[in-house]
Amino acid sequence: MNINVRILTKSVAQQYAFKRIVTFSTKPTQQAAAAAVPQQQEVTGPTVRKPIVPAHYRFVYPEFLPDPKVEWRNAVREKLERLDMLDRRRQIELPEFYVGSILAVTSSDPHAAGKTSRFVGICIHRERCGLRARFILRNVIDHQGIEVVYELYDPTIQKVEVLRLEKRLDDSLFYLRDALPEFSTFDENMEAEPLEEGAPVPINDIKVVLRPRPWLERWERQNLLGVANIEQYIKDKHRKSAEKVQKPWEKYDLMKQYRATIPEEEQKEIFAEVHTELHTLELQRKRNKRKRTFVKPKHLA
Amino acid sequence: MAQLLLRNLTRAGNAALITKGTSSSITGAEPGSRQLHTTQACCEIRKLARLRVVDNSDLGKRAMAEGRPPRCIHVYNKRGVGLIGDKVLVAIKGQMKKGILVGLKQKQRIKQPQFDSNNLVLIDDNGSPLGTRIHVPIPTVLRTILKEKTLAKGADYTKVLAIASRYV
Repeated sequence: MNINVRILTKSVAQQYAFKRIVTFSTKPTQQAAAAAVPQQQEVTGPTVRKPIVPAHYRFVYPEFLPDPKVEWRNAVREKLERLDMLDRRRQIELPEFYVGSILAVTSSDPHAAGKTSRFVGICIHRERCGLRARFILRNVIDHQGIEVVYELYDPTIQKVEVLRLEKRLDDSLFYLRDALPEFSTFDENMEAEPLEEGAPVPINDIKVVLRPRPWLERWERQNLLGVANIEQYIKDKHRKSAEKVQKPWEKYDLMKQYRATIPEEEQKEIFAEVHTELHTLELQRKRNKRKRTFVKPKHLA
Repeated sequence: MAQLLLRNLTRAGNAALITKGTSSSITGAEPGSRQLHTTQACCEIRKLARLRVVDNSDLGKRAMAEGRPPRCIHVYNKRGVGLIGDKVLVAIKGQMKKGILVGLKQKQRIKQPQFDSNNLVLIDDNGSPLGTRIHVPIPTVLRTILKEKTLAKGADYTKVLAIASRYV
């Protein structure tokens, strides 16, 4: 009897434990879900290939990942937004670009003479996610620094061209505002510089030269890699105060990192949802491009 | 206690200096006063904010060359903070002149350009500009805003658009 009871309780406990995990805990459920998904697929059809999401998708399509802030998460809204984003991507090509790439954005502008306006500039920042994803372009035109904020999924945007695809050493280039103007000056009639297919995105390790203080921000506190002459303008007191606000322990703070990112399992789930659609769109674009490049010599001849 | 006092002092200092810092990039303001800043410069166009003349009027060119940029002494709207296309009264080289704001440092709406300096075009009472050319780009929204502000018998601000060299 005793043994029976023990076995019973064990099995019951296991069942309950399983249920409990499913309802409350987050991580084991994801494991369970990950384990469950392939099983289902096997059941539905062994001929259907399992979508393999490329690892670089989280860099190419960062706006598909939701904001990791727990209070703002809402699975249904995120899903609906993803559908809307795909809908928009079917209409317009939104190419891969990074902070430091040079873009040309053509948008409809009711105020402009031709009802469209085109702005060329370097992307100095990318932020927000989902349909609210946006980026800032900066350029110096006629010795006047100009910045424009664009929303990536704005329906008034007609065309986004990447003129030069590259990365910089830092995650945001706000320091270009305090740099010499030649570092943010780009020709408006620049031709697109195509990269070879499959080549990794080059990192431009240019070091920017700052103007003397006063600056817009305390750049000496931000551990910037892309600035050449910060040391030239700061005094000992700035160095000391910069040291004081440093948080070297943060890179060991696993919990902080966890809260600031979407876990890998969840990323896989999200991209498994949109991967096939994105991939077909990519292929379509590539085919169209190849067609275009093939037609060009005919025009010349 | 001492810390608290210091904080209050710096706060008062900021309030006084806020307007001084608005156009630092162009004027390269006196280094002594700038060192007192503990907060970001206020980018709004209020009374006493310094501006940059971007047309080729003689008065404006001389004022900018001397390093004594015009100061806003009144904003002709109900809010007291100048937005793009607003008319302002400025003190420039001991005179009072009117001008139109054609570029702001302040945060702008999506798709509308934000400039690195607060730009001004000088006009007279009829709305016709004192200069003959604007040597920086101006936002395209001005075309709509200035047309709306021009009334049948009042000043004609659209003349400012005619001397623009480039739109952004």
